[in-house]
Amino acid sequence: MRMSKIVTITADLLPPFILAFGLYVIAHGHLTPGGGFQGGAVTATGLLLMIVAYSYKDIAKAIRQDRFKLYESLGLIIVIGVGYIAFLYGATFFTNWLVNTPLPFGTYVPFGPNPGDLNTGGTMPLYNIFVGVEVFCGLTIVVLYMLSGLEEGEGSS
Amino acid sequence: MILNFPFITMVLVTIIGLCIILFRKNLLKVIMGISLIESAMNLFIVALDFKEGGIAPIFTLAPLEPGVEPAAAASAMVLPVPQALCLTSIVIAVATGALMLSFAMLIYRKYGTLDISKIRRLNG
Amino acid sequence: MRTITKVIPVIILLAFFMAMAASFDFGRPFQTAMDDYFIEHGQEQVGTNNIVTTIVFDYRGFDTLGEASVLLTAVLGVGLLFRRFSKGEEDEAAEEEDWQEVAER
Repeated sequence: MRMSKIVTITADLLPPFILAFGLYVIAHGHLTPGGGFQGGAVTATGLLLMIVAYSYKDIAKAIRQDRFKLYESLGLIIVIGVGYIAFLYGATFFTNWLVNTPLPFGTYVPFGPNPGDLNTGGTMPLYNIFVGVEVFCGLTIVVLYMLSGLEEGEGSS
Repeated sequence: MILNFPFITMVLVTIIGLCIILFRKNLLKVIMGISLIESAMNLFIVALDFKEGGIAPIFTLAPLEPGVEPAAAASAMVLPVPQALCLTSIVIAVATGALMLSFAMLIYRKYGTLDISKIRRLNG
Repeated sequence: MRTITKVIPVIILLAFFMAMAASFDFGRPFQTAMDDYFIEHGQEQVGTNNIVTTIVFDYRGFDTLGEASVLLTAVLGVGLLFRRFSKGEEDEAAEEEDWQEVAER
């Protein structure tokens, strides 16, 4: 069941901007309001706009559901893995092992307001990115499952 | 009394959600009432940490007055901890809402109706 | 249930909540010692400008780990509810319903 002409044309034009804004919110989570969960929800909206505007049968052939399930699980496993690496430095679980070191994301930040630097933050940008991937894939999978259940319900009843 | 406006709004939305759960017979409307109560609780936990004349707890281009020491001016920031707890609460509300709506779809497919006074047949 | 049994608790709760909401002090939080520590030491210990994100991912990281697990479990639950039965499982489900009818009689 496709939507009308206005909705499909809008769904053709808008998704690149929504996806770009969502990835910006994820990547700058340690400088501006936002972060992993918020950016993941915005990015999922960009993809769901296309799914809602077109009929489910057209979209189900174009999106590979196995890849989305794999990326969602991988996102959570890598978040736990980044927490485990702190054991190599002799600290407890989930310690920030990148802050104030010459590795990437390790610049020192003095107290007080300053225009933000993207190179700061310790392990926080890594957490933001992988939690954003998990939320994005998870929300897309939920909507695809519900739409497939709707199709099957109408066909059987 | 007028200064406590967020708390009065929270109480009204909670009572409306409770009335919806008690007095309506359609299953989807009951789910909407549950979602209203969760949103009112998120509003309550964020309204607890406001300081008068406060700014957001973010140091990037913070609108502090020039010539004031940063340590003294950082006391104008609102408290950040309840905002972090509200984030967790919103995500949990999304997760339980998705599961509730999936259950409603399956109930309709099996019983043919969404009237809660007719869905009473527990097997076993 | 009768209507009067539903109306009385709602009125009692409404009066109690209104009395509680009117006694709050909006704009002057009660205790701020923990949050003052986070605002003061968040930049040099974690290295970000966003204090809310440092609390979510660094000072209280276990809550975020539990929340991500809850999200994953909800997606798993939705995937479990909408699975498609293969031919063998459909026959098994039909067999269960026959046994139930026999038990009811």
